[in-house]
Amino acid sequence: MIGRCLGLGALGVVACLSLPGCFSNNRHQGARLYAEACAGCHGDAGQGLGRLIPPLAGADYLALHRAELPCLLRRGVHGPMTVNGVLYNQVMPAARVDDKQLSPARLTNLLNYIENNWGNHAAPRTIQEVERQLTACPNVGE
Amino acid sequence: MSIRFWLAPALAAALLTACSGPSADQAARLPILGERDVRPNPNGGPADTIFATAPAFKAVDQAGKPVTNQTLAGRAYITDFFFATCPGICPKMNGALLSVFKPYATDPRVAFVSFTIDPAHDSLAVLDDYAQRLGVTNAARWHFVTTGHSATARDTVYGLAKGFFTAAQPDKEAPGGFAHNGTFALVDDQGHIRGLYDSLDANEVARLQKELPVLLAEIAERHPQATAAQ
Ligand code: HEC
Repeated sequence: MIGRCLGLGALGVVACLSLPGCFSNNRHQGARLYAEACAGCHGDAGQGLGRLIPPLAGADYLALHRAELPCLLRRGVHGPMTVNGVLYNQVMPAARVDDKQLSPARLTNLLNYIENNWGNHAAPRTIQEVERQLTACPNVGE
Repeated sequence: MSIRFWLAPALAAALLTACSGPSADQAARLPILGERDVRPNPNGGPADTIFATAPAFKAVDQAGKPVTNQTLAGRAYITDFFFATCPGICPKMNGALLSVFKPYATDPRVAFVSFTIDPAHDSLAVLDDYAQRLGVTNAARWHFVTTGHSATARDTVYGLAKGFFTAAQPDKEAPGGFAHNGTFALVDDQGHIRGLYDSLDANEVARLQKELPVLLAEIAERHPQATAAQ
């Protein structure tokens, strides 16, 4: 992230440090949310853990269930699920940071981060798209 | 919190040990942790120091085999406390222990013991499934154990956790209904606890990886024949 900011030149650095809404900070937010809420289970590099926790790096599930992912993160998921041909059956809790569920903006940044990291590539999501995908998602409480 | 408090001196002791000798491979000895008892010698000679040992336990592993202090006597072993449906720190903790385990997966000098703190849910079948999913196929190398199904099994394992310097208790607020921290304990061939490591801190896990061979070398000195036979 720092490298990216430096690439913009001195002015860019100042902008990155001082503007919380700056675009590169959004990537930064995705990484931060991941480290805080997900890495303990899915691993620092999205590698997963044996057949207990599915990987995110190179996971076919991400593309196959793209539209469902905002809701999956908001509500958590359990029961049998197949990722890259391996059957998992554990519990993932609803994503919460600082004891709050994630806003559509944060979900967008987080998903853009996991979908474009560790060798993953996907079209960037917009907040509007994520908001739309959340409309059918039962709320788990604020 | 008292656990953290306790870890600090343990850490300091370990650091001191690591720094005391210029040739680390020679004189380095891990400290013996826990309260020690000094008994005056009735014959007037130097007092005896009785070092604390790990608590006594009787458990059953994922293969249905009993695991006790006697099962593990003569070897080093590493303990942690977890439960199979733990949505909190367990994946990270057991992921870290897996990285310590891998190079020793077929090494009989050291065993791994993970106690479930949710014995009501974690039957032998659940423990076996958990072990398989983690990639542990030989129950004799890494025991996933339960203190049983009796009404007191839970209290038993909470008491054990305390004895191994970690904390475990039911807590409605905690993820999955149990509060616990992820301390690994390293126990020697004589049952003394020789190291405590915070599994959530990569530096601490690296310290365990460095200190385990130090302990194995010490044990080998005590049992020269056993080593020669290997
Ligand atoms: C407590 C451990 C845990 C945490 C924390 C966690 N997950 Fe999961 N995650 C799981 C498990 C277990 C599954 C599989 C659930 C099942 O078996 O039904 C899963 C499944 C998934 C899947 C679908 C399968 C795949 O691998 O593509 C995605 C995507 C995912 N998690 C993303 C996240 C993100 C993003 C976060 C952080 C907000 C997160 N998870 C936090 C344990 C966790």
